Amino acid sequence: MEEPLERRAIISGAAQSDIGRRLHRSGLDLTIEASLRAIDDAGLTVADIDGISTYPGMSGPFGGCTGAELHDALRFSLNWRDGGAETSGQLGAVHKAVLAVAAGLAKHVLCFRTVYEGSGGPARASGGGGAMPPAFQYLIPYGVTSAANWISCYAQRHMHDYGTTREQLGAIAINARTNAASNPKAIYTEPMTMDDYLSVRMISDPFGLYDCDVPCDGSTVVIVSHRDHAPDVPHGAIHVNAMGTALRGRPSWDQFEDLTTMAMRDSAASMWERTEMTAADVDTAQLYDGFTWLTMAWIEALGFCGKGEGGPFVEGGGRIAPGGDLPLNTNGGQLSGGRLHGFGFLHEGVMQLRGTANVQVADCEVAVVGAGGGPESGCLLLTKGIR
Amino acid sequence: MSTDASSGPPPRFISPHAEGEFYWTSGADGVLRLQRCGGCRRYIHPPGPVCPYCHSRDLAPEPIAGTGTIATFTINRKEWIPGFEPPYVFALVEIDEDPTIRLGTNIVGCGVDEVEIGMRVAVEFEANGEWHVPLFHPIPTE
Repeated sequence: MEEPLERRAIISGAAQSDIGRRLHRSGLDLTIEASLRAIDDAGLTVADIDGISTYPGMSGPFGGCTGAELHDALRFSLNWRDGGAETSGQLGAVHKAVLAVAAGLAKHVLCFRTVYEGSGGPARASGGGGAMPPAFQYLIPYGVTSAANWISCYAQRHMHDYGTTREQLGAIAINARTNAASNPKAIYTEPMTMDDYLSVRMISDPFGLYDCDVPCDGSTVVIVSHRDHAPDVPHGAIHVNAMGTALRGRPSWDQFEDLTTMAMRDSAASMWERTEMTAADVDTAQLYDGFTWLTMAWIEALGFCGKGEGGPFVEGGGRIAPGGDLPLNTNGGQLSGGRLHGFGFLHEGVMQLRGTANVQVADCEVAVVGAGGGPESGCLLLTKGIR
Repeated sequence: MSTDASSGPPPRFISPHAEGEFYWTSGADGVLRLQRCGGCRRYIHPPGPVCPYCHSRDLAPEPIAGTGTIATFTINRKEWIPGFEPPYVFALVEIDEDPTIRLGTNIVGCGVDEVEIGMRVAVEFEANGEWHVPLFHPIPTE
């Protein structure tokens, strides 16, 4: 295999702002905090940063801070900039930064996702009429404005076809809660039992409240640099081995061909097509849990088990616990850690590979990070050292 | 979803795109229509300006039987929109003419806990302002 271009890129720095339910600080304020921490973490200064990449960019209340706001606030001088939501999920911002660095358009790209949903209210499709993309015009009139509704339909079909149970989804929620107890920035840290999970109020069957992630305020920043910079990275360079970006099916929440998986089917497949490594090489998985079932769909899509076998794979929680075969969402994910919209998983993957996570996986050398649901999906295979 | 006549139909926020308006008015004569290609004769949903299969522009709404099968569903139990009272069922219905096309809809005419994947359903229309909203209710299995 010709060396994939992404292997020229490393993650040199990573940091988060304070994270909370209602911090009542602006998205820009949080983004600056995380940015300055990440730049310092990478051993760089503001003057070294010559690129910005963000998700979702200028997308109204869905975003927490635009790239231009941050650009001007810290008076960056940029050679390359990008922001947008029509990409390979939230991690698309990182994918693009990797390509920019590999192409020589920039040396050090600051990538961020800032959420302001704890204070600003949840992001969901407008129920107020006005301009709405055609794809949503056939959903919203039926009272389903939340991704909870759209994704629950896929979970329901997965249960129907494969016998997946609520207790199996619950194993993902409980694993997240247990891990969150060691994360000082997590939103929910009280222990949760299966009874707690099963008895909480239902939101959109089969999802109850604890199948849904928790809105919060917070900003996550990673610095993507050229690998030439690797020897100078203070906390160890994390190498990009492969990126998954594909969306081969319809870009739709309701017309995707297979009602038991989503776009992660394609992004995961495209990632494995770009590496000699396989799922068996992965030491930890940090997989999107905006809703519990999405994590199960990611586990299947990445090939940690067969299609439809995600339920038995996570059942009981032992396999996905920190000491199990596939330690999963070791910081509490979005279900208990807070809805940092994909970037939280990337931050945790970097900490695991550095060996500095709150719940550290022993001898962690390969991490997979997957983010997104519905037609939004992208993933990264990261390694400690070059593979 | 309230079926109490005194409270009227729920707010549905219908704001059709250019090619999609017919979908929300088709029910005026009690018939559901989908866009169909005059070239390759396939149905297209959501409707658009060009056939995604053969790129023909010879497209027009055509009547369909209005029957299908529930591919999946959810019982929504949280109020997202004031006046749109839970619980209600949102379902994706595969139409008999082309099961690769799924229509999002509410299931009416039965209890929310009676809905199942594989259930046979038929269209009915809810008058809602200027629109005739396609809803589906269970029918006997053949």
